[in-house]
Amino acid sequence: MVFITQVSLWIIPLFIMIVLLVGTWKKVPSYELFVEGGKEGVKIAFSLLPFLVGMIVAISIFRSSGALDALIGLISPLLLFFGVPPEIVPLALIKPISGSAALGVTTELIATHGPDSFIGRLASTMQGSTDTTLYILTVYFGAVGIRKMGYALKVGLLADLVAIIAAIVIVTLVFG
Amino acid sequence: MVNLIWAFMAIIGIVYAMFNGTMDEVNKAVFESANEAVTLSIGLISVLVFWLGIMKIAEEAGILRGLAKIFRPIVVRLFPEIPKDHPAIGYILSNITANMFGLGNAATPMGIKAMEQMKQLSGSDEASRSMITFLAINTSSLTLIPTTVIAIRMQYDSMSPTEIVGTTILATMIGTLSAIIIDRLFYYQSTRRK
Repeated sequence: MVFITQVSLWIIPLFIMIVLLVGTWKKVPSYELFVEGGKEGVKIAFSLLPFLVGMIVAISIFRSSGALDALIGLISPLLLFFGVPPEIVPLALIKPISGSAALGVTTELIATHGPDSFIGRLASTMQGSTDTTLYILTVYFGAVGIRKMGYALKVGLLADLVAIIAAIVIVTLVFG
Repeated sequence: MVNLIWAFMAIIGIVYAMFNGTMDEVNKAVFESANEAVTLSIGLISVLVFWLGIMKIAEEAGILRGLAKIFRPIVVRLFPEIPKDHPAIGYILSNITANMFGLGNAATPMGIKAMEQMKQLSGSDEASRSMITFLAINTSSLTLIPTTVIAIRMQYDSMSPTEIVGTTILATMIGTLSAIIIDRLFYYQSTRRK
């Protein structure tokens, strides 16, 4: 398990090195391309801003009123039975529905519990390990005018469930 | 759906505060958390700019195309309905590789092109087998490096913002594999019924 944490530390610097080496070898204008791609990043950060403000404010109203604790208290015996930490439930519920909303929930969890806590690590892993099923179905089927989705939604949601369980098990094993 | 969840979190919170006597905390939370969200979004710029910049180089240097070559045999097998040299395979490959590098914006147009090609193959407004397989792979996310999460962890002073890369890749792989298996199971079930 130490191996996985080591890989995590090495993968990004190694990746940057390989990209720059290949880029230089292929004689592409790396710096100019970097700047061009970076401009996109500014745009994305600003377009995320309203999503984050909306979701984070709604969650903190819910939490600071005490309603979240009451809800967690109600359902936690059931979740504990399955080994799911109750704090993570809102994220698991919202993740398949809206990616930017889920990012807001993840941020809230990291801010409240700390990025290096068990909940913080689990939320980080879950955020990266599934995508927004409903959004993808809407965009892709909508774009080409597919009306009958068949079993697509069932497959997507079941796979989300497996990924969430996998994230819980893996994070428990690696960091537990 | 997300509209309902969002609105009800705030509504329930405010109603609960009325009875719980926590209106003061709610008041504070509204403005403090809005402020926090803005600070956070601005903090995300650093990582997003750097990462998308590096990715642009990777794209132009042909690293994405090279990866597509490696994955070709797997993809051809995953989509038995699509002829081997059909352009749909090419679009599916670029969509998957762009996704792996966290280039969501580049991945979506490729994905839509792939869907158009698959629709021409099936010629109906019903989702075909290949379309559902393609969406199953896409919804399970293929991200290798979760840039945004790393940025958020940095914002909150993580001792090791990237320590979750390994666990994320493992969870993603399990998710994608099970998406493919679940997709196959549903497909065989649907053919048996006919």
